[in-house]
Amino acid sequence: MLKPYVTVLGKAVRSVARMRGGGSALPGLVVEKIDPNFIKNALDSLPLGVVIISGTNGKTTTTKMVVELLQGQGLKVFTNRTGSNFTRGVAAALLGEVSIRGKLDADIAVLELDEAHATHFVRTIPPKYSLILNVMRDQLDRFGEIDSTANLLQTIANATSDTVVLNREDKRITSLQNSLIKQRVLFFGLSDDLLATFPSDDQLHGGTVNSSSMPADVLLTKFDGKNATFKMDDNLVSTPLKLTGIYNVYNAAAALSLVRAILKEKIDQKSLIDSLSKVMPAFGRGEKVIINGQPLELVLVKNPSGFRLGLQSFDPNKYATMIAINDNYADGRDMSWLWDVDFSSFKEVGIKQVSGIRAYDMGLRLKYDEVNVDDIDPNLGRAFKKFINKNDKRPKRIYCTYTAMLALRRLAGKMTDMESIG
Amino acid sequence: MSKIINILQLYPKEMNIYGDYGNALVLIRRLQWYGYEPNLLTYNPGDEFPKDIDIIIGGGGQDSGQIKIHEDLMSISTKLKKLADDGTPMLVICGLYQLFGKFFKTVNDETMDGIGILDIETYGKTERLIGNVISKSEDFGVIVGYENHSGQTFLSGKTKPLATVVRGAGNNMKDGHEGATYKNVIGSYLHGSLLPKNPAIADFLIAKAIERKYSEKLEKTIDDSLTEKARKSALKRPR
Repeated sequence: MLKPYVTVLGKAVRSVARMRGGGSALPGLVVEKIDPNFIKNALDSLPLGVVIISGTNGKTTTTKMVVELLQGQGLKVFTNRTGSNFTRGVAAALLGEVSIRGKLDADIAVLELDEAHATHFVRTIPPKYSLILNVMRDQLDRFGEIDSTANLLQTIANATSDTVVLNREDKRITSLQNSLIKQRVLFFGLSDDLLATFPSDDQLHGGTVNSSSMPADVLLTKFDGKNATFKMDDNLVSTPLKLTGIYNVYNAAAALSLVRAILKEKIDQKSLIDSLSKVMPAFGRGEKVIINGQPLELVLVKNPSGFRLGLQSFDPNKYATMIAINDNYADGRDMSWLWDVDFSSFKEVGIKQVSGIRAYDMGLRLKYDEVNVDDIDPNLGRAFKKFINKNDKRPKRIYCTYTAMLALRRLAGKMTDMESIG
Repeated sequence: MSKIINILQLYPKEMNIYGDYGNALVLIRRLQWYGYEPNLLTYNPGDEFPKDIDIIIGGGGQDSGQIKIHEDLMSISTKLKKLADDGTPMLVICGLYQLFGKFFKTVNDETMDGIGILDIETYGKTERLIGNVISKSEDFGVIVGYENHSGQTFLSGKTKPLATVVRGAGNNMKDGHEGATYKNVIGSYLHGSLLPKNPAIADFLIAKAIERKYSEKLEKTIDDSLTEKARKSALKRPR
């Protein structure tokens, strides 16, 4: 039973923190300290249980998709939608939703959790369903090496009680199934043609592409930039999408498979595809805003595979491109990853602006790929202004690390109407 | 007539998880900018070991990667040792740096032999040493980089450290040394990648290679002002 005063206190801290403008995890921290069972008590009573989505790339967009697909099927869904994917973020999000007595009015909880935090989380709250997207080189400064990140994901899969959905095209993820005995395991996958466009970290330096023989519950077979085709139950289903970037579309296959596992025969296929076609990109994940009559697109990049996929997904021609690289704790301090991304696709068009705390590292990276850079300025505010003003007649795209994206979003928000964060 | 310089990259599939490809790219470009024709060759387990190698580079991998290449590395150790003794410039980072030493002893007391080019011993520890590193070297000045390793390395015999640590851990948590050198072989824990922000080391490898192959002296004609700025901002960053 939740102590009512804990909820009241947490809610109070939440509104104060919001007035200060930010700090989505702080009120969660306060509640966690006072009543460590707060999350467990609130989530235990949900009729359809808890869903955890984890992996290196695409958690936020995939979680958003799963939530909207389930809502489209008429379910009440609780989620940590601010992208604060630590336990505290979950507690903070809960505070906004629970009644004073700690009761959560929802059918199911869909939570995006960072790999390391998820392993702690599942010890207290074992999920009914989990979706493991991928494991790539990211934040090695926190996790050490990729193999140990895979071990963290194994813990999440093992703790799951009903169904685990896995990426068939990532060999470190498929091998998670070996220790899953009591769980049902489903795969989402890519057709052979599309597989070739998805380099993993192992393939980058000459590893091989393995075409898998395991059957996929949902297979992405085609994507032409606007329309995607999925194969489910031996049927091909095509739909237009608002999502951009093939990696987001691949994660739509993951979301479809997870939702199918949750709803089983109760699923309404027509409204499922209808909901999918309406999903907009998540905060900073390819979202578009209009500034001075021209679209500006923010693309979050946080590891080499994500950056490579981003560069592959978007045509550099016709766009003015800026890159902003920060190395704050949330971005990762190590700059080595920039050297595992090939920027030679910009050789002809060049980069208009480079910024961020590590602007000169990025500039140096481009110099060694012999890419022309118009201007390097570590000051984000100044660089953003220059980028907007000097390219006023063209659509623009900014590749940015996490904290650079937060700052750029604030700067862009002053010039246009953007959905407020959180 | 084009002057070819052959660069051999060791085990790029298994030992290249931390962006050490940047070292290969920097050597390729700088050689081109200096007027030479670089030729990047790769060596993977089971390959035939190429001839006429002018520079050798190798990177860091995961523990599993080290295990996969270990047997093959032992099989080419005589060739590598001879090249090192002859003065071939080499740069080995992290995982291959460890295996260029005498041995690596894991936390579970298992010993993996190294090829012994460097007189160093490495002991696996539970704690990982992670973060930005600043060090000082007599030959190369200030060296900046990023370390991420659980093995701790100790020098013995006549092997000299590459640098003294100003901030960060380096080889181990005790003696303040970073890296090791033998003739023209350089071993180091630093990623970043190392060569982009430390062109003095890149130019050392290039200078030795062209001196040995073409008896030419390196004239430093590259404008490194952007590199200087990147170094300056790296020096200001927290661990």
